[in-house]
Formats: sequence, structure tokens, C-alpha cells
Amino acid sequence: MEASQFKSDQYVRFCPGCGDHAICMALQKAMAQIGIPTHQVAVISGIGCSSRMPHYLNTYGFNTIHGRGGAIATGVKTSHPELTVWQMSGDGDCLAIGGNHFIHEIRRNVDLNVCMFNNRIYGLTKGQYSPTSAKGFVSKSSPFGTVERPFIPAELVLGARGTFFARTLDVDMPTTVDCLVAAQAHKGCSIVECLVNCIIFNNGTHAWIADREQRAEHSIILKHGEKMIFGKNNDKGLAVEIDPRTFVPRIIVVAADDPRVLVHDAAQPDPTLHRLLALMGQNRVENVNTDGIDDNLPIALGVIRNVEAETYDTAVNNQIADVRAKAKVHTFDELTATLDTWTM
Amino acid sequence: MKKIVVRFCGDSGDGMQLTGNLFSSLSAILGHEISTLPDFPAEIRAPQGTIGGVSGFQVQLGAGVYTPGDKADVIVAMNAAALKVSAMNKHYHDHAIVIVDTDSLTDKDLEKAQYKTSNPFEELGIPESVQIVPVALTTLTKEALKDTGLDNKSMLKSRNMFAFGLICWLFDEPMEKAIHLLEDKFKKKPALIEPNVKVMVDGYNYGQNLALSVNQIRLESPAATPAQAGTYTSIAGNKATAWGLIAAAQKAGKHLFLGSYPITPATDILHELAGRKDMNVMAVQAEDEIAGVCTAIGAAFAGDLACTTTSGPGLSLKSEAIGLAVMAELPLVVVDVQRGGPSTGLPTKTEQTDLLQALYGRNGECPVVVLAASSSANCFDFAYEASRIALENMTPVVLLTDTYLANGTSIWRVPKMAELPAIRPQTVPEELKGCFNPAIRDERGVRYWAFPGMEGFEHRNIGLERDAEKGTISTNPANHEKMVMARKHKIDQIADRIPELKVIYPAGGAGQGNEDVLLVGWGSTEGHLRAASEELNCALVQFNYICPLPKNTREVLSRFKRVIVCELNTGQFAAYLRAQVPGIEIEQYNEIQGQPFAVERIINFVKKP
Repeated sequence: MEASQFKSDQYVRFCPGCGDHAICMALQKAMAQIGIPTHQVAVISGIGCSSRMPHYLNTYGFNTIHGRGGAIATGVKTSHPELTVWQMSGDGDCLAIGGNHFIHEIRRNVDLNVCMFNNRIYGLTKGQYSPTSAKGFVSKSSPFGTVERPFIPAELVLGARGTFFARTLDVDMPTTVDCLVAAQAHKGCSIVECLVNCIIFNNGTHAWIADREQRAEHSIILKHGEKMIFGKNNDKGLAVEIDPRTFVPRIIVVAADDPRVLVHDAAQPDPTLHRLLALMGQNRVENVNTDGIDDNLPIALGVIRNVEAETYDTAVNNQIADVRAKAKVHTFDELTATLDTWTM
Repeated sequence: MKKIVVRFCGDSGDGMQLTGNLFSSLSAILGHEISTLPDFPAEIRAPQGTIGGVSGFQVQLGAGVYTPGDKADVIVAMNAAALKVSAMNKHYHDHAIVIVDTDSLTDKDLEKAQYKTSNPFEELGIPESVQIVPVALTTLTKEALKDTGLDNKSMLKSRNMFAFGLICWLFDEPMEKAIHLLEDKFKKKPALIEPNVKVMVDGYNYGQNLALSVNQIRLESPAATPAQAGTYTSIAGNKATAWGLIAAAQKAGKHLFLGSYPITPATDILHELAGRKDMNVMAVQAEDEIAGVCTAIGAAFAGDLACTTTSGPGLSLKSEAIGLAVMAELPLVVVDVQRGGPSTGLPTKTEQTDLLQALYGRNGECPVVVLAASSSANCFDFAYEASRIALENMTPVVLLTDTYLANGTSIWRVPKMAELPAIRPQTVPEELKGCFNPAIRDERGVRYWAFPGMEGFEHRNIGLERDAEKGTISTNPANHEKMVMARKHKIDQIADRIPELKVIYPAGGAGQGNEDVLLVGWGSTEGHLRAASEELNCALVQFNYICPLPKNTREVLSRFKRVIVCELNTGQFAAYLRAQVPGIEIEQYNEIQGQPFAVERIINFVKKP
């Protein structure tokens, strides 16, 4: 299929220069690559800039209310597991007002593809800090800087026993498309954190890696089964070191040809290393204290975690099928026949 | 005797709800009309023997039964606290029979129940006309079970069965049917059948052999003129609601989807539907009330008969999402089993205080259909009707029931699927393929329903205002007003397809001397208002359709000089009627005590000059 088949007739109203444009195009490309027909796809969103996304995709779409996209998507997928269901959400929609639905869709492992657009600001309400804004961030609602500790989305996903977490960047189209395609291929709740720039209210929030000059040094694209190598000259690798006193593992940068360089295993059920990888560089961008994490570590992009587990929608439907296969009652008249009755 | 009221009360661990339900079912099977009122504390287990832990179950049986009765004719008090609570709240008549467990009136028991003296009967001022029947229930139960090897605790748990047997003897109810009921009740725990049956039969024989100083009570056989011949059972309101939804889904050819979160007193609907996977019901216990309604909205978007069940606090939480379903014009059934409010209020008590919340409790101009069931059994009919209206009119429908209907039982004439009215979901016609949008309406003003999976009907639905022609986002001022009126019109036109309001006259003809008086009620008060209207010999109208109102509402109300709206709140329906049918003088009678009406008080109010 062609990306153009997934474009709706609506004029795209993101601000010129907004990172959401790139994700929109990446979604159309990814959906074409996946090849599921438009009528089998439902895109559910809440409220926020990113939640406008369904309007620009020529599938079934539902732009709902603030924070509730996850619960509504859960209803769509559970009742109709044959559909491909995407959820579009932002750092406010997903992690603030919709936080409860977010952790529960992950915990249940509903087979959804969730794009969580993280620009670390409330854009549609014109510039308030979000749950991912760095501590001290000055915004209209924090004129003296926030005093709040931000979320690191990956930690929340892993804490909720997430089975899939990927991180991508608006300006890196190939990685974004790869992550979206992988999210669809994964059966379960797939969270893709899309780092996007808000050109109006938080310009340059991801400049540390978005800047073309620095990206190779400041980020690493993790690929399952491949060595963790990065740097402008591909000369650096990642390894794990265990503190002999505390037994706390930490990631270190070594030379690319060092035998200790790790091979990425996204399918490893134990999330310990996935967490360390996902936290790399977060102290820098989030201004949070992640003890033991080296300031010089690159930010991980790509699919960090991708493990198999039974999905909620499958389990619910299987249970119904099992009960029905054994049941003697299938219709209302059969049901009422089981009652203790008398005749008048 | 034509009818009689029996009340079982004891500690919340004494099994009073079970005993009450068994006796009610037995009476119903024997052909009596029944109406029941479970009355239990919010605490799962308050300290044993205390006043806070008293659990009651009242049932009226006989012919012409509309309510569980104001006061009991026969009362079983399993302990000192129950005796005290009954006396303090005047749960029984001055000539009632009070059966009391004398083993549970020791000094320690009296102390726990905060008696000040060692003579409970005197202290409570129980009039001499009340016939007290002392029975050593605990000793007799232990005696009955002495050869079973059961431990003391297990034996004590069967005390309620001795009381049940005794009451069966008092009403001369046949033991075989009672044994059959017990066997059915304990079929999943067969080890319990034998001891329970033994205790019950001993209770019955105790009454018979020792010839208690009371006479057996003969209830007249029910008149052989039931409203409709057919197959009957007794059913609790919450179960009837669940089954109404199941029946509607089958009739409409839709999957039934429930998104819900546990809340008293609505949870039994979730329990029932979660257990009906055989009927292809999908019940999601969501993470919160909002997710309950939102998962349902997702299922409605995807083409299911979707519903959510809750009580008042949950309805508050769901408000915004119900607004979304109004805006997105999706079918959705919202069941609100009302309880005492506001806030956490009285979770286990009954009230009619969510009416205005159901009608108006959302932002914007946000009309929904509001229905109210008026008996435990017709919770079935109105859950079915709510589903029908939602699916045919692409709108949320709020069904109001309450604690009284939900936990109480009444006689239900079991329908066959074939006799239930047709349900025609507003599915988009095939000719709109390729040119569909969610603003296209039929001649009634109802938009069409297309859902994912249907090729050629892809569209974007929204909670934002939509263009009346294209169905896409619009902020145009004139368009907004047009859409507000379109959504209102869609609800208003439903009045063309609902039954007209019927005036209920007392048996034996229109009131003599009271032809000017009309009692007006809505929802669960029907039984009590019927009983009052018979006593008063005046007319009654009971509303089940609240929004839209039946078309002849004004015509009916204007026929009477005194229109008295009776409801369990401070006058919400009265206020609504004053706004909807202005110019009619409306009197109010209100009670807000967390209990159903006392018929006697309604009568006194109407008679008061």
C-alpha cells in the first residue's frame, strides 16, 4: 500500500515547524508498510496537539476527550480484537490526566500501538509545564520554575510491567517508521515515545540529540541482535559494569572493539538492562537525579524492549469462547429456562 | 388474611438476607405476590452483637402486594441488638408477633447492644399487645446438630435455618418445597445441604410439636386472577437489569459490552454480566468509573451494544464521557442505581436524588434520554427499552433504578424472546458507502452508525463540534446553534415512539370523593404510591419515561385539581415538571430518609386539610 492511501482530505493544522508533522508522515508511511486496509484500522486519541492526528489519517478515527483515549482504545480493541488500534496521545494527555488509563492499558497488555508525543509542554493550552518538563522549567504556569520531579516515561512503562517500549525522534524519519512498524508487529501494548519539538512554546527541548551535528555522539539507535555501537565514527560501544561494593549495575562507554560491548536483546524478559538503557541521558534532558547514570551516556532510540506476553483482548475473548464451548445455555430463552418458575 | 409482612433481623453474620430470600422465594413459588426490602448496614461485619451490625430483611406476601410493607406483622429477632433496633425504629405493629432468640439475651449480649437494664422487653417499652415468642434458637440448633460432628462455630451459623423452619411452620408452608430450595441453594456446597435441612426441619417440627403459644397464620390463596397468565419467577432488580441488557443484545443482533467499576448498590449487575460469558457478554472491570464508561464508548464506536453501570458518585465521574457520547452520537446505556447522597452519602440506602444529575449533570447543552424503572421486575423491561432507544436513536440513555429496586425482588412474568419488541439499530445503509460522514441524518434527525471493519465508511468521529453537513470539525457560530438544536430535536422526537402516560385508578373504580386528587410518582415508588392511592381511593400516574416526557403529560395532569408529586428527594421531579409543563399547580410530598416511602405518611399528607 501507499502512504497516500492513509492521508485524509483534511488540511494538517499543526504549527509550521512542529515535530508532529514528521510523526504524521511517518505514521502514514508505516501504515502503508504494514499494509492493513484503512477500514480495519481505528485511531483513537484524547485531547492535545498530538490528539488531532486521527483527522489526518484516512482510517476510522475518534478524537475523544482529554486523557481518556487509552480507556476508549481499550474498549475498541477488547470488543473487536480483529481491528488494528492505534492511540495518539501526548505527555499531558497520557501521563497527567490520563495517567491511570495509561498504566492500566500497559498492565493489562492490551494490544494497542500507543504513540506518546513528548514535547515536555502543554502546547494546545498555550504553554504550561507538563509531567515531563524538567525541574526548574519556566513556563506560564511556573513563572519561577517548576518545583516538581518529572516522570521518565520509560520508567513508568516498565513499572507498569510494559512489554514494549520504543523511543524515537521527530527528525529521524527512518527510526520513527521502524519503531511504528515494530509496535504494530508486537502483540501487546506497544508504547512509542516520540520526542517531538514544540516550535512555539518549547523550541529546542530535544536539541541535545535533535541537532544534526551532535546526534551521533549524543544518541544511540538500539537494534535487536546488534552490538550497541554509536558515535560520529562508530567508535564507541556500551558495556555494563557492576559496582563491586553495592552490586549496582551501570552502563559505561567503552571502545567499539572492546569485547565487553553489549549486544541488544529487546526480547529479554528481565527489564533490568532495558531500564538502564532507557534511563541513559535522562538526567540531562529531564534534569532529574538518576544516580549512577553517567552524564556522558547517549540517549537510547529505537526499540528498547519487545517481549511477548498474553494480551488482555485475546485472554478475554478466549475465556468467553471457552465458556461458551462448554455451556449449555446460549440464548435468552435457554437462559430463562434455567430459572425456578411457576405457572399461573 | 390477604397479606402479611414478615421481617427477619439479626447480626450481619446471621444470614438474614439468605433466610429472607429463601422465605420470599418459597412464598412466591406457592403463588403469593411478594415484595422484599433488604436493609443492611454498609459495614461488611460490624462488631458482633452491636446495633451497628444489625441486618434486616422484610417481605410482604399475599395478594394485592405493592410494597414490602410499612411495618411487620411477624418479626424474627436473632439477638438483643436486632430486638432493640426493631423496637426503636418501630419496625412492627402493636399486635405483631415477635420471635426472639432467648439464648442471645444474656447480660453480655445486652451489654453489647447497649441496654441499660437486664429486662430488654421492659426497657424497650414493647407494648403488651405485642406477642413475644421466646425460643431458645441457639440451644435448639445445637441440639439438632449434635450428632453431625460439626464444630460450635459451624453449628451457630445454622441458627437462621431453625428460624426459617419455624416461620415455614407459622405460615403452614410445605417442607418439601423448602427442602428443594435449600438443596438448590447449596448445590455447589453439597456438604452443607444435610445439616441445614436438618435444622430447618427441626425448626418446623418444633413449631408443630411443641405447639407454640401462637396460632398458625393462613394466608388466603392468591386470587386466581393474575394480570397475565404465564410463567413466573421472583427476581431482584439488578439481575433483571442485567438480563434486560442481555435480551436486548440478542434481539438487536449485537454483542453486549459492559464497562464498569464496582460500586454499591450497582455491583451485582457487573457480577451477573461477568458470569454470563455463556451468553457472549463481555464485561470489563475497568480501572475506574471513567474507564468504565470510556471502554463502553469505545465498544459503541466499534459497533456493540455498550453499557456502563454505576451509582450516583460514579455517574458524577462519568459526566464528561457521557457528554462525549452525546456529541459523538453513539448508542450507550448508562445504568444509575441510585443511593443516598451526596458524596459517599448512604451507600446501602435508597433515594431518588440523581434525577437532575441524570437530566442536566453535564457541560454544554447535553440532552440524553432518561428512563426510570418502577419495580424490581420491570428493571428488565426498562433495561431492554433503554437499549432499544439507544440503538435506534444513536444516543446515550440513562436508566435510573435505586437500592430498593436493585436489592429487592418482585414477581416477574418470564418473557420469550419472540414476544419482546423489535430493535432496529441505526446501522448505515449500504448506499452511503463511499460518501458517508457522521453528520448524515435520517428523516427523524438520527445520524447513521458506521463502525470500524465496514469498508468504505471510514470517518473521524469527534467530541468537538462538527459541521452539520460535512461532519468535520467546525467552529462556525451558526453551525453550532444548528447542531445544538439537532441534538435536542433527536431526543424530543423519541416522544413519538413511547407509550402515553396511563392513569392508574384504584381497584374498584375511580375515586369516590377523591376524584380531584392525582398522586404523581416516578421510578421505584410505584408500589408505595399504588398502596396509598388504593387507601385514598384516588388516581395515580407513575412516570417511567422522564426525558422525553410522554406527549399527553400536560393533558393528564390538567384533569386534576390536586396534583401531588411524591418522591424520595426534595422535589427534583416536581421542579422538572414545573419547567416542562408550566402552569400546572403542583404540590410536593417528599421523604429523604434513605428508606422507601411509608405509605401511612403519604396518606396522612394527602388527607391533611
